[in-house]
Amino acid sequence: MRLDQKLIAQMIAPGSRVLDIGSGDGSLIDHLFRERGCDARGIEIDMQEVTRSVAHGLPVVHGDADHDLAHYPDESFDYVVLQRTLQAVERPREVLRQMLRIGRHAIVSFPNFGHWELRLKLLTTGRMPNTAVWSTPWFATPNIHPCTIRDFLALCSDESYRVIDWMAIDEEGERAPWRRSIRLANLFGEQALFLLGRNEPASRDERLK
Amino acid sequence: MEARILTDQPETPLEVDHQRAVFPEGLSLDCGAMLAPVEIAYRTYGILSAARDNAILICHALTGDQYVAETHPVTGRPGWWERMVGPGKPIDTDRFFVICSNVLGGCMGSTGPRSPNPSRPAFDAREDGDAVQELWGTEFPPITIRDMVRAQHALVRQLGIERLFAVIGGSMGGMQTLEWAATYPEMVFAAIPIATAPFHSAQNIAFNEVSRQAIFADPDWRGGRYWESGSIPARGLAVARMMAHITYLSEEALTRKFGRRTRRQNASPEASGDPEHPLSFFGEIFEVESYLRHQGSSFVLRFDANSYLTITRAMDWMDIGAEHDGDYAAPFVGTRTRFCVVSFTSDWLFPTSQSRVLVRALNRAAANVSFVEIDSDKGHDAFLLDEPDFDRTIRGFISGAAEHAGLHIGPKP
Repeated sequence: MRLDQKLIAQMIAPGSRVLDIGSGDGSLIDHLFRERGCDARGIEIDMQEVTRSVAHGLPVVHGDADHDLAHYPDESFDYVVLQRTLQAVERPREVLRQMLRIGRHAIVSFPNFGHWELRLKLLTTGRMPNTAVWSTPWFATPNIHPCTIRDFLALCSDESYRVIDWMAIDEEGERAPWRRSIRLANLFGEQALFLLGRNEPASRDERLK
Repeated sequence: MEARILTDQPETPLEVDHQRAVFPEGLSLDCGAMLAPVEIAYRTYGILSAARDNAILICHALTGDQYVAETHPVTGRPGWWERMVGPGKPIDTDRFFVICSNVLGGCMGSTGPRSPNPSRPAFDAREDGDAVQELWGTEFPPITIRDMVRAQHALVRQLGIERLFAVIGGSMGGMQTLEWAATYPEMVFAAIPIATAPFHSAQNIAFNEVSRQAIFADPDWRGGRYWESGSIPARGLAVARMMAHITYLSEEALTRKFGRRTRRQNASPEASGDPEHPLSFFGEIFEVESYLRHQGSSFVLRFDANSYLTITRAMDWMDIGAEHDGDYAAPFVGTRTRFCVVSFTSDWLFPTSQSRVLVRALNRAAANVSFVEIDSDKGHDAFLLDEPDFDRTIRGFISGAAEHAGLHIGPKP
């Protein structure tokens, strides 16, 4: 399992119901079932990965974030996970809404387009940056909605999502130390990892105040 | 040989004594009729565990039967799913107790149109004075897929099993699998509907209707009372089978197997269907024609025409959302069954789009679902054929489900 998946697993309470969108080879859901006693299921777009997962006894359906989340009932899961995929979906805002409709929490990781290397390359060469994380040329990339950590926070604020936890991580998945400053994280973090919740309607006492 | 069916009556099918369970009290059917007595022919493989928790029920398709993993006593051919069921196979009879029964309405030992009609006495019809027992024939009550499942349920209970570890089936067997999960949710730990749909499509009803009309049009059908004269509507049934068989394949599979290859027609003038001009129009035939004729001629030896009518009609009425205003999720709300839905890319009879309707309905019901579309060019019949990805999927899903069920039955040392 990748290191960033370990960080995701640590965010998930044992015994939870989890949906992993883009479950790949199923290593996260397998880990959540075996080590944390979760009812963990997957959605995966690549049929070969789906077949491999099901052949390993993992509950995975063929589908994708844009088209299949709408079919799940409200609050079917405690956590809905989207790993390194938000930038590649057709409608990221809608996908986040669906995640926080069908799940009580959303865990989202994405590559940070605000990283200094990208900024520097665009500035100095005047061409689309090409780095280890952003390695495909502009005409072939599936990453049609890149965003920075600050962009993502702005969207969370627009949508009134509660940021319960967040961290910047490097490409290997090691936790990066720029936790206190969003601006530093946005400059030096290669990947971002967020744990979101819905902003619950204010309780009656609070509204009366 | 393959062309004989277009002219002659085939030999009478071999009568075989099938293993049966008898239910004298009968079965209350969806149509409101009470069918009694009911007999269900079945086969089992493997050993039922002491906890009686390792049973897998296999549901067969339209023209299948209970001989899933052994030589067929009538045709002498291998069991229809021997490559999937047996010791060490994906459905491992060293680990699981496997049950397969002939469907209600079938003709391989279960009560169906070829069974005696108890409400009619025997009568003297033949010149030799032997009494002929009236058979159900077309008076057999209309049955549904759920009626078939009720009959299987009675059998499973009689075998002393409170809960099935898994129900699995392809095509019409998949329909039964879905009805099992909807009708007896507490009894089904895992369900594996394969190459199937939660409803029978207009196109599939249309194909079934052509099959039925071919049988009706055969003068030997005699209004469904062909058994009185000892004949069978072989031409009509063979044409029905030939047409249906095309829908089980794919253009790619037909091209790969036969292409446009031709072969010399048999010398027999009947083969051309035109005794006057044996070598004119049909001097050569395409190999695909020869293949279909063989499919037709071998089918009539083992299948009863009235059973074919009864069972295709049951498939047509399949619509698991019918009692819920077309909502396919409603029958599964609250289910704890683990589902594994499988479709095949080249299946145009039960296309993946219909499996996706099912999967989305199961998602709406918050069910635990796996869904795999297997890449295959073999068409609908792919589930019966050699597809390694399919085998791996079934084996893996069953092992995973067994782990979740807490089954700890290892293979034999």
